[in-house]
Amino acid sequence: MVEKFRRSAQAAGAEVTEVRTAGAALAALARLLKEEGVGAQGRTAVWPDGPLRSLFHPELLEQMLPGVVLDVTPTAAAAAHAGITEFECGVAATGTLVQDASAAAQRLASALPPVHFALLRAGALVETLGDALRRFDASRAPFLALVTGPSRTADIERVLTIGVHGPRRLVILLYEPETVHAR
Amino acid sequence: MPAELRQQVRRALAHPHLSAALTRFSEDYRSSRARAYEGIDFEALRSRIAESKARAASRLDRLAGQFATAASARGARVVRLHSPEDVRRYILEVAQQRRARLVVKSKSMATEEIHLNAALEAAGIEVRETDLGEWIIQLARQRPSHMVLPAIHLTRGEVASLFSRETGQPLEAEIPRLVRVAREQLRGKFLAADIGITGANIAVAETGSLVLCTNEGNARLVVTLPSVHIAVVGVEKLVERFEEIEPILAALPRSATAQQITSYVSILTGPAESAEGGPKEMHVILYDHRRIEMSGDPLFSQALQCIRCASCLNVCPVYRLVGGHVFGSVYTGAIGTVLTAWIEGWEASRGFEQLCIQCGACRDFCPAKIDLPELILEVRRRAAAATPRPLAARAAFAVLSNRRAFHSLLRAASSAQKPVTDGPWLRHLPLWLTEAGKGRRLPALSAEPLRDRFPKIEQPRSPRRVAFFAGCLIDFVYPEIGEAAVRVLNRAGIEVAMPEGQTCCGAPAVFSGAPDAATANARDNVKAFCGDAFEAVISACPTCTVALQSGTPRLLRDAGEEALAEKAGQLSAKILDLSTYLHKLVEEGSLRLPRGAKMPALTYHDSCHLKRTLHAERPPRELLRGAGCELREMRESDVCCGMGGSYSLKLPEVSAAMLERKLQSIADTHAAGVSVDCPGCLLQIRGGAAAAHLPVEVQHTAQWLPALFEAAD
Repeated sequence: MVEKFRRSAQAAGAEVTEVRTAGAALAALARLLKEEGVGAQGRTAVWPDGPLRSLFHPELLEQMLPGVVLDVTPTAAAAAHAGITEFECGVAATGTLVQDASAAAQRLASALPPVHFALLRAGALVETLGDALRRFDASRAPFLALVTGPSRTADIERVLTIGVHGPRRLVILLYEPETVHAR
Repeated sequence: MPAELRQQVRRALAHPHLSAALTRFSEDYRSSRARAYEGIDFEALRSRIAESKARAASRLDRLAGQFATAASARGARVVRLHSPEDVRRYILEVAQQRRARLVVKSKSMATEEIHLNAALEAAGIEVRETDLGEWIIQLARQRPSHMVLPAIHLTRGEVASLFSRETGQPLEAEIPRLVRVAREQLRGKFLAADIGITGANIAVAETGSLVLCTNEGNARLVVTLPSVHIAVVGVEKLVERFEEIEPILAALPRSATAQQITSYVSILTGPAESAEGGPKEMHVILYDHRRIEMSGDPLFSQALQCIRCASCLNVCPVYRLVGGHVFGSVYTGAIGTVLTAWIEGWEASRGFEQLCIQCGACRDFCPAKIDLPELILEVRRRAAAATPRPLAARAAFAVLSNRRAFHSLLRAASSAQKPVTDGPWLRHLPLWLTEAGKGRRLPALSAEPLRDRFPKIEQPRSPRRVAFFAGCLIDFVYPEIGEAAVRVLNRAGIEVAMPEGQTCCGAPAVFSGAPDAATANARDNVKAFCGDAFEAVISACPTCTVALQSGTPRLLRDAGEEALAEKAGQLSAKILDLSTYLHKLVEEGSLRLPRGAKMPALTYHDSCHLKRTLHAERPPRELLRGAGCELREMRESDVCCGMGGSYSLKLPEVSAAMLERKLQSIADTHAAGVSVDCPGCLLQIRGGAAAAHLPVEVQHTAQWLPALFEAAD
């Protein structure tokens, strides 16, 4: 399923990176942020709350990930170069990420910055979109967000162009937290 | 055809790049869409959608109530409004109460339909469309020419000059740069806007959810950043259960843009947290505007199944020539023709229901299984009933309904044309055909119609007898096709009769919105064929075959002539097109195809009615291949040749442009001949090839077969 997800996500224009543990995910994130210049010359990244983020102490995160902003306001998100958000589910058939984005910070962080890092547990992959939708209860999640690849348009002469109002780059970090036993 | 529309058609065809750009798009669309549907059973998927949406359409009122209850319980303010004025007034009130100065919108056809932007601007409120295509259209002060790709008619150069004017800095026509400009220009608007307005792709009654699909990511910002969100949702977007969004989400992106899924799908169930934290204000306007009335119409209710994918535009051979500013109003193309008639009134179409050539491609591609060609015919019938028909047309249909008068007229015309024919081609055309001669040479009426030649054909007596339905073109223009058909049938030991009382199949009258004349034809034909015992009734014209198979019984039933309608039903069970029947004879062993005939390579053109109504694209190909013929498939073999019966007289320019495309596809195969199964296509393609000096021989499959037999004998 991981292979299928990777192929579908790549076909939709996303990049997929696989790591083993939560710690490795954090290290990969640090590397990716650095490559994007986050932490240098005032470049920031926003990271609203999520299961991986909550595994680490905020001070540790700020130390390990220079430029990361954990208090996600519209202003902070609009100013950020990258957004990091955590998804609850991934669809192998289409490479889609699914998230209960009812908290505004999740939407601000994934929609406003030009680069989006998406974290997903490899164990949270399902086969089809229908399987994913059945995992959520719409009446408890006012905003369900499905994200597949980066923002795109073909509105001028049908020429595919990446990155309009949303991110131009989407990197999916697949990790396996089962191997982590302690905080 | 109104003169104004004709002018618009001419201007569109003369446009330097419109047709070329749209035609390239529609060619690419067919192949990329096919790839997007790989591994998916399209028929099963569209049946699920059609059932779900038809069930919803039959109880829109109840579902709207259910939606309102569910969404209100989640904190949304839901209102049900009927007219465009009601919706505009409601939105203006909300805007004024919030002292809104700036509104951002994501793409919504419903707000186009009610001309919301003009109303907001008139009240001093700035409105920004944020979908790139819609923003371009807004800057150009135009309306969308396509439901999914609103600015498809504009070039990068035109976009660059619009953006240069807007930003006050000269911009190169470089697409990635233009897209960046849109991001920069609109980002500030998103952040400063007081209200965000969207439509919805789907509304779920049981949960009160709205589904929004976009690729650019603008809808997520429109619903997240401003503190107020207003969704304008046509009630036809309703489905009952949450799980019913799944098939629509599978079909919509594949049919609309050949994607597996759009980049973003947002499912909103009541207001989510606002950007600044705290509760958000969410209004959902369930908008009717004659949709509930439409759901009560036995025929038109199916138009409410539409999921707005625009595939009916993308595969339409006429849309790709003239574009959506000519073919449509707010809504464009085939579904636009139907919706405009209902939403804007029968006059609003300005006659563009006549632009449809009835090729049926849209029906094949529609993911909601809407019988668009039939609905457009009904629009024509109702529009014709609403406006008096010109005297000349009335006289023509009066003649067409009277077999004897019609046939004497054709005979008279045949002898009258003598001084003006040039071999088999009409050199100087009678005035009423002048325009039709453009780009195509018209055949002369045959000196001796098939009905006079038929008794002279020597045939073996046989217990196996079939009746031949000639139809006007074979009877009076191409009797040799009928003779060839008899020769092949005789080879299978079958005797052929041609009942003399037969007349026009009725299709021309139906296509012109004159069902009375068609009913008169139906009566004559049923009487002509019901007397004798034939094992089948064979026609070498797919349009006639379809007319006799399904049109005739329906016309007689509609006229209340039950007894005749029942006979028409028995007759319809016996009607077959020639190729299908011959193929059956080959399979049962009655007809042995020749082997080893030395023939030049042929290419095959699919006639619209044969392929899409009779689903008989295989039999003629298998007959020709079986007889040892090399078939080279042409590009877009099933795209209409532009004949469309009287269409080629009504809209000769469009017909000629379609023909040109067909001739190019034929020429590219370098085949020496073309085989067709329809005398109308034959007239069009043979005439076009002659005018273009394209050295190909165009024949009916019924004519190639005897040639193959003879070559092998």
